[in-house]
Order: sequence, then structure tokens, then C-alpha cells
Amino acid sequence: MIDELEAMLRPPALPMAPYPAKSVLLASGEVMVVRQASVDEVEAMLKFIQPLSWLDRDYYNIVSARLFAELLGWKTNRVRDEYCLVGVIDGVLAGIVNGRMFDQQHGISYHTLTLKRGLRVGAHLFASKMEHHIEYLGQDEVWIVAESPIGHRRWMIEYPLDKKFEIQHELGGAPSWVLTRDTYFKAKSRLVTGTRPVSAELLAGSYPLKEPDLSTMLVQIEHTLEARL
Amino acid sequence: MRDVAIVGVGSTQFGRAQWSLLKMMAEASHDAITDAGIGDRKIDAVYVANMGAVRNNRQAGIASALVDRLNLYPAGADTIENGPASGASAVKNGFLAVASGLYDLVLVCGGERMQEVNNFESTEFVSYLTHRYAEYIYGVTLPSLAGMFARLYMARYGLTPEHLAMVAIKNHANGVLNRKAHLRVPVTMEGLLTGPEAAMNNPWIAEPLRFFDCCPVSDGSSAVLLAPAALAKEFKKPPVLIAGLGQATDTHAVHERPDPTELTAVRLASQKAFAMAALKPADIHVAELHDAFTILEIAESEEAGFFPKGEGHKALERGLTKIGGKLPINPSGGLKARGHPVGNTGVSQIVELALQLRGEAGAYQVPNRPKNGFAVNFGGFGNNVIATVLKRGV
Repeated sequence: MIDELEAMLRPPALPMAPYPAKSVLLASGEVMVVRQASVDEVEAMLKFIQPLSWLDRDYYNIVSARLFAELLGWKTNRVRDEYCLVGVIDGVLAGIVNGRMFDQQHGISYHTLTLKRGLRVGAHLFASKMEHHIEYLGQDEVWIVAESPIGHRRWMIEYPLDKKFEIQHELGGAPSWVLTRDTYFKAKSRLVTGTRPVSAELLAGSYPLKEPDLSTMLVQIEHTLEARL
Repeated sequence: MRDVAIVGVGSTQFGRAQWSLLKMMAEASHDAITDAGIGDRKIDAVYVANMGAVRNNRQAGIASALVDRLNLYPAGADTIENGPASGASAVKNGFLAVASGLYDLVLVCGGERMQEVNNFESTEFVSYLTHRYAEYIYGVTLPSLAGMFARLYMARYGLTPEHLAMVAIKNHANGVLNRKAHLRVPVTMEGLLTGPEAAMNNPWIAEPLRFFDCCPVSDGSSAVLLAPAALAKEFKKPPVLIAGLGQATDTHAVHERPDPTELTAVRLASQKAFAMAALKPADIHVAELHDAFTILEIAESEEAGFFPKGEGHKALERGLTKIGGKLPINPSGGLKARGHPVGNTGVSQIVELALQLRGEAGAYQVPNRPKNGFAVNFGGFGNNVIATVLKRGV
């Protein structure tokens, strides 16, 4: 039973189509399941994200801290129309992306956090997030900012996105870029991959979320880079 | 000329340094000095290999700075910049100093901290190697040169993208075994080329080269301690002899070469090194080749004389270059997986070979006690190459 005050604090909710799970074969030969996370999984994710908020590498600190707050806001009904997708390899969390619907036509991309580096996990998950906004939520455009140079290369340059600096993005008002339906479908064959449906066995293996080994994760983040000469 | 032995080796973790360039170099040097067990002996001179410290790290005169950091006064100190061949150039100069009798104990240290700048800048700074007016101003980068080279090579010799991927798969598998390697991630043919997500996993960088055909941008430092072979018994570890050294240059602009698929400087440098060592390619048991791009490992393996021209990829197909094969190439993971801190790479190749010849390479040790090792350190796009032959000492 939601009391009157709590009801006033909670944002209204738009209907949101679910994201159908898919599988992605990584360069390592590992299969990553990309699926929607539920609110019930937030607590586990927060535990994995929290240690990274002190990691001063590639903006992991700010991305982790903000993602932590966004997921907590979702769990406590303080963010409107939020969703979260996770990448899971053999049950272990490999990456998290999230965003929300601003309204029926416009989406806001929040964050992409890669826990397993060097295999383009972040690129696959960001593409899945765009796929969700355009193809499943049926939106016309997604507003995006990048906090790290890696993000700028992956989103703004690789797609490429258009400038939409007149929009005040929720992430601190940083200059916003936009992915339109047109941009998305032009980039789709290049950047959006995955196989559906995911077998029941594979999907079941992605529950519950297992914690990545923190020391391995930190070593990877310290030593793995995506750029090439 | 005196015989020269490697009496100590050291290396940092490759990848992203948490410390300054100087601290990394001090760590590798300290490891080499400790490995040798020099006791009360004084190091006579320090040769430092580096390519980008002035630009990327705002540090000049790093050989002098390293002497200070290690308290090695009044040792002589020289910094050697020879592009990606700086490492082997420094080893060569250290060798000459000991061989000539000028010095008895020489420290050679390579170091590069490339990740102090962003990746656009690191690609840009490596592009300074190219011909300023014939290549650089037109936007030529090292990946673009390697891409054009690979395209010609594939057309002429029948290599396929699968052959290039086989180099990456082999070297990544080796890198997994090397705890100091930058990339310790295994990769598969399906993940890189034939699977449904391959185009996204492994996008074009400079067609026909893809993401996993290119080495990473790495920080790292390595060091060797050189002494006259006659004194080698006074140190802790079994000596490894520098038996042969060869160096050759080629045109600066690649298009000026009569045949751009010929890496003439690799061939000539290798021939000189083998002649000096009185060995043949068939006598080599392990090699570290400069695989900044996968195509280079194949091409260099041919130019060095290990396989006939145009047949390096067939050796790869037959597994001859794997650990356990007839001629293991890049058991450390090579530049592709161990990493490529440009100015340091030539020193790190010598460190890796010395470990192999001493039987101390651990999980990636080549079997059957290798006796002779060979390295190619490739500067520019093959315009300054140094080949080195090492022999296990007695």
C-alpha cells in the first residue's frame, strides 16, 4: 500500500515495451547474453558498481557514481521511466547500460559501464541500448552525452551522432548529441548485432547475476585499452 | 672485439603504467641489476631507449635522469631515439661499448609511457616516423601503411584474412600465459572473422587490417645488463651471449621502394646477424618478431629466412610457429598481445629471448631447452631494422 505522501513523490510511469534478450558472440568466443535487468537485481548491481566509484581511470569514478545513483533512483521510484540492460557471460555481469524515456518520442541515454574490457562489451551494450529506444520503445530520437573520450569515440564518432547542443541533457547539462531513427538504421548493419531468440538454458544461466572478480576487473581496467596505433 | 653476455634482465608489467616513465624504467633496471647480482661492481654506462618522452611525457635527457634515479653516478648516460627500433639500437650501442673494451658493465633500459596522452595523440606521434612531405602531410599513419602493405601481400601471395587472424589468435593465446602481457584475452576465429558478431567485434582499422590485427598502445619498460662474456661467471644467472647483430636501412618513403612488399632491411639485417653469429635460420629455436601488425610477423618470418618468400602463412597454418612448433614465434605474445611501448620494444624482445634461453619463461617457455634465439626490431615502416641473434652461454 503506497501512502499518500509516497504517491506524491513517485513519478508517473509511461508504458514501456520489454527488451527481448539476445546473445552476442564475443571475439574471445564467449557468449554474452544481453537482457533487461529487473528492479530486483539492482541491489546486487549496486554492490558490484560501488567499488568502481573510487577508480580514477577512464572516468570509471563518475560513471559508476552516477550509475549507482540512477539505479538506486529506479529502485526507490525516484526516476521516471528508467530501464536497465545487462551483459552477462556465464552468469557473470560483464556490463551495464541504462537510460529512460523522456516522453513517448524522446529517449535519454544515461550510462554504459563495462566490467569486462578489451572485447567491445561496452560497444555491444550501447548498441543494444539504442536498439531498445528505437526498435522496442519506438522512439524517434535518443539524447546522448559522453563523459569519457572512449565514449565520445564510440558513440559520437563511430555512429556518427548529430550535435543537439540546444538540449539540456539531464547529465549535468553537458552538450547533448542525438541519435535519430535515420542514423540508427544507417548504422544498424554495422553496429547492432545479436541473435534471437536466446535458448531457455542460456537465458536461465544469466540469473542470478554473479559478481565479477573485483581484482581481475581492476587489472583489466588498468591494463586494457581499446585504441590501436 | 670481446664477446658480450647478457647477465641480467628485468621488465615491468605492460599495459597502462600507474607511475611515471622514470619510475617504470627504474623498476625494470632495478630488476635487471638484482637479477644479475652485481654486488659492489659499478655500472659504467647507461643506454636508454625511448621514442616519445619529450613529446608525451615532457621529459628530456632521460638517461641522465635514470642514472640519478638509480644513484649510478658517475656512469656515462646516453638516450637513443631510433623510432620503434630504439630498443635494439640501445642494445647494439651497449654491445659495442662492452665489446670494444670501453666499458665492462652496461645497463640498457627501454621505456615508453604512451598513455600519458590520449590515443589520437599517440597515433599522431608514431606517425612522425613517416616521410614528412611524401606521407605525413597526406595523413599517412602506421596502420595505413600496414594496410596497404597487407593488401599487396595478400594479392601477391594468396594470404587471406584468416591467416592474419591466425597470427592474432596465436599471439593472444601466448599472451594469456605471460603475466606481464598487456592483453591477456584469448580470441577465436569465430569471434574475429566468421561469427555473426565478427564485424562489430573486429572492425576495420585500415582495410584489410582489422582491430585485432593491430597492436595495442602500451606503457612498459625492460632492461638488460651487459658484461664481457669472460666475466659472466661472476654473476648470478647463466649468461646469454649476443652472438650476432645486424642493422640495415631502407628508403624513408615506402613508395620509393622498387617492390613495396619486400622488407629489404629485414632481410639484410637478418643476414648480417646470422653471418656474425655463424648460424643459419634453421639453427634458431625461438624468435621474437616485430608484429606491430599481424601481417608483419608473416612477412618478417620470410625475410629473416625462416620460410620461403610468400610461404610464411603456410607455416602458420601448419602450426610451426606456435609454442611447441618447429620455430615458436612470439611466445611472449609479441607486440600484438604483450604490448608495444614503442621505444622499449627492442629491449623487451631481448629480455624475452634471454628468459627463453635461460629456461625461465614459465608458462610460455618453449620446450626442449632452446639454445639460439632471434629478434627483429622494425623501425619506421621497415626503414631501419635491427636483427639480433642470441646464444645460450655455457
